[in-house]
Amino acid sequence: MTAAAEGSPPLRMTRARRNALLQSEPVQGFALISPTFLYALILLVLPILVVIAHSFWTQHYLTIDRTFTLENYRVALTEPIYRDLLWRSLYISLTVSLFTVILAYPIAYYISFHGGRHKSLWLFLITIPFWTSYLLRVMSWKVILGYNGVLNSGLMGLGIIDEPSTALLYNSSAVIITLTHAWAAFAILPIFVSLEKVDRTLVEAATDLGDGPLRSFLRVTLPLSAPGVISAALIVMIPTVGDYVTPKLVGGKDGVMIANAIQAQFGKAANWPLGAALSVTTMLIVTLMAGATVLIIRALQRLAR
Amino acid sequence: MKARRFLSGGWLSVYAFLYIVFLYLPVIFLPIFSVNVAPTPKFPLTGFTLQWYADLPHTPALLDAAWNSLKVGVCASILATVLGILAARSITRYRYPGRRTINGLIMAPLVLPEVIVAISMLLVMLQLGLSLSLFTVVLGHVLICIPYSMTVLTSGFEGFDRSLEEASADLGESAFGTFRRVTLPMVAPAIISSLLVCFTISLDEFIIAFFLTGTEATLPIYIWGQLRFASKLPGVLALGTLLLVASFLLMTVAEILRRRAARRTQNEGGLYA
Repeated sequence: MTAAAEGSPPLRMTRARRNALLQSEPVQGFALISPTFLYALILLVLPILVVIAHSFWTQHYLTIDRTFTLENYRVALTEPIYRDLLWRSLYISLTVSLFTVILAYPIAYYISFHGGRHKSLWLFLITIPFWTSYLLRVMSWKVILGYNGVLNSGLMGLGIIDEPSTALLYNSSAVIITLTHAWAAFAILPIFVSLEKVDRTLVEAATDLGDGPLRSFLRVTLPLSAPGVISAALIVMIPTVGDYVTPKLVGGKDGVMIANAIQAQFGKAANWPLGAALSVTTMLIVTLMAGATVLIIRALQRLAR
Repeated sequence: MKARRFLSGGWLSVYAFLYIVFLYLPVIFLPIFSVNVAPTPKFPLTGFTLQWYADLPHTPALLDAAWNSLKVGVCASILATVLGILAARSITRYRYPGRRTINGLIMAPLVLPEVIVAISMLLVMLQLGLSLSLFTVVLGHVLICIPYSMTVLTSGFEGFDRSLEEASADLGESAFGTFRRVTLPMVAPAIISSLLVCFTISLDEFIIAFFLTGTEATLPIYIWGQLRFASKLPGVLALGTLLLVASFLLMTVAEILRRRAARRTQNEGGLYA
């Protein structure tokens, strides 16, 4: 019975076609990536959807009331404490990304244009501290900036100050310094990659046509590396806005950021929906800020040409 | 004239040197004060001691945390590397619609604020009724390790000469046989490199573990707990130094292997092409 069915021409054709389909590139490729894709769907996309859903709900002690409400967003956007934390987080992440990009650009330029044979060694040297624990790097800044810390005791030892300064630790500047240091390597790599792609003959052509080095840099190299600057800015800005460890360890009362408030809602305060709304608001605002940064850098790039 | 000199190597190499100092200096204070006699980290140094290191093995909570970190790191790095191999292979070998979107999604944890990734996972796990444990930490670490694993493996798989595999298939090897005897030996260094990178990330990771663990601490969580007590600082500095050294060694080996993998696929591919 089965043998006869298999022998019948139409069925054999569909099977052959199915086999061809199964062996086709797209299907094989998709089948191969599907476990990883599913993992990301279940542990990243689904959780984010759950957070978004929670942000429209209300919590009564231990039970979640699933009636739609915008109350959490009203609180997140109008309560002075959350508004201030949000502004401060945005200000800090914007400042940090500006500093890291400005500090990183010359290094990326140096490695790309003057690195010679040691390019990969340079990159390795620069990325190594980044691979050490983030917590430990923040902790070392606490050791440096503390009241009885390295900087204070060092400066006193050198006779520059008479008593320890309290201005170093537990404020937003300490947070900015620490984050700038922590994200430095992350900004160099994308800028370096885009500088490597800059066609050197274009720079030569600009010089041949009478542009000085500074002019050819500003009009050729810098605009052509703009994509790297954009990704460097974004890769620093988006994660730092939600940083938790740095404000907690070196920020003190004046350096608290939105992530600390979000964590409190999921911990002590136990108001998940409000925490969810704060997370969603943060993500939306940082996305807007990232979009604006991209537009501004692109506009500058066009101006430079 | 001035501009030329400014953009040429001279000034920039001074800047590059200062930049490296800025990158390394803060980290170097940890080992320095971990061998200092005085328990508070300040100058002048008061003398050399290994006392703080000698105390470490006598702290049961720390040994538990180290054991937990090891278990989580091994599980997370293996899982993330397996998922990374599948994805990197698919991305470098096949062309299909939606490839870039899927790739972007898998890489997304790299650029999202960790706190938000952590609390979203926490919410889902609590909803699913999973009790928080080292297992949930592993699940979280796998998610954030996959992008790194992908990056390392893609650089190992790229430039891999497909005709080698075709030749093997033509000579009668099965798909699995080809993978085991041709593909795997070529990409083995990249795979080991990915395992080491993922292990290092898991070992050092704090936020995800902090949110997703129940009562069991990993090393960074243990350190976090100790930071509240000023008197515990020297021990934390000693432990931190050991972690720094471990990360440094693991990453150096991983980088050497990754380069070897990239060189191997490119050279040998070129030779036989």
